[in-house]
Amino acid sequence: MLSKVVSKEEALTKIHDGQTIMFGDWHGEFAADEIIDGMLEKGVKDIHAIAVSAGMPDQGVGKLIKDKRVKSLVTTHIALNPLARDQMFAGELDIEFCPQGTWSERIRCGGAGLGGCLTPTGVGTEVEKGKQKLTINGKEYLLELPLHADVALIKATKADTAGNLYFRLNSRATNSTMAFAADYVIAEVEEVVEVGELGPEEIHVPAPIVDMVYVRTGEKRPMCPMWQRAKAKAEAKAREKAEGGNK
Amino acid sequence: MAELTGRALIASRCAKFFKDGDFVNLGIGVPLMCVNYLPKGVHLWLEAEIGTVGSGPSPSWDKADIDCIDAGGQPASIIPGGSVYDNETSFMFIRGGHIDAAVLGTLQVDQEGSIANWTIPGKLVPGMGGAMDLCAGVKKIIVATDHCEKNGQSKILKKCTLPLTGYQCVTDIVTERCYFEVTPEGLVLRELAPGYTVDDILACTDADVIVPDEIGVMQ
Repeated sequence: MLSKVVSKEEALTKIHDGQTIMFGDWHGEFAADEIIDGMLEKGVKDIHAIAVSAGMPDQGVGKLIKDKRVKSLVTTHIALNPLARDQMFAGELDIEFCPQGTWSERIRCGGAGLGGCLTPTGVGTEVEKGKQKLTINGKEYLLELPLHADVALIKATKADTAGNLYFRLNSRATNSTMAFAADYVIAEVEEVVEVGELGPEEIHVPAPIVDMVYVRTGEKRPMCPMWQRAKAKAEAKAREKAEGGNK
Repeated sequence: MAELTGRALIASRCAKFFKDGDFVNLGIGVPLMCVNYLPKGVHLWLEAEIGTVGSGPSPSWDKADIDCIDAGGQPASIIPGGSVYDNETSFMFIRGGHIDAAVLGTLQVDQEGSIANWTIPGKLVPGMGGAMDLCAGVKKIIVATDHCEKNGQSKILKKCTLPLTGYQCVTDIVTERCYFEVTPEGLVLRELAPGYTVDDILACTDADVIVPDEIGVMQ
């Protein structure tokens, strides 16, 4: 069977200025970190990003925002990335806020061939502005339109060489839905195995959906910067307490 | 046990709304403190937006697993019997009416049960995350909040002035001073925190308050 495993350079040939790119992650955790770093090095700019949040300045899509590579962002919140807020207020970054369930469902629509979805979320709020409202069985719904991208950058725990993807615990997050909603799907993984090693029930995204698999060459499972900071703080506090107790 | 006050009292009172086996979503901060005050024999299925059913307590750093996180991206755990989903399925639980109750913090809440907690235009723009979907899909929306701003201004208003997160969806409001039930007629003062009188509440609340004959003690 055709192997979809590629080098970082090959993966980056599919990523260009001005593309709409979906970033699978959770505030920059479970993100395709090495490909994102590659985008920074390559100088990719004017990105139209779709991500659940703005990440953090040193995590996920947040790194591209920090470097002013992102032109617009469709997201659900930006609380962990103050730079996104600053760029939005300065008119440098165009942000569309979307309720998270709606955001997620819009991506699903994009991947499922649906023309949109009807949701009660946001009725009676600013979110309904400019949207078509329909009454179904006496209840009001907003028509929300699909999201689709040129490229989806997915981070999975494991892939096989054919492109089947497995996600451990919470790392599925927004990754698996996005894999369906882009013209080109690049998965960054910790480990690649032979076809047949992932059982049918372990495959969350099937091979035909995935175009390229890139296997991390750096640290496979690094602790994210936010955790490193929190852990260092907790350890310093514990040390302080222990020293205080010895006095 | 010493009498509870402040945010601990809010969390303790909110925890009394739950029945054993309830499927519940708790916001970050005071709402999440509710798990420390669950009545004996009450076990909850906690839902986390990232896609967990059965979130457990925060692990120590030596037990933290980089693939197990909470809605805020911090280390989390999953209780026995818990399960994980993608973000899209997580919102099927939330919007689909499968969750029994949610506890939310807020900037403002009003006597019609509308809530505003996602933005202060021009100043604070965190975004709404999953809050609007909770407001749209969860049967019981409990607001856990300080009664007033730091400057003394009431957070419980006749009508919210900030952009809404949910329109007429809040069922209960719990503050460190009292508990209001939100009814079609307006806010009914059901319980007072120890040390507070009806007059105290009327003086610090912008919303109209309905005072029934019987008022309980909040604990």
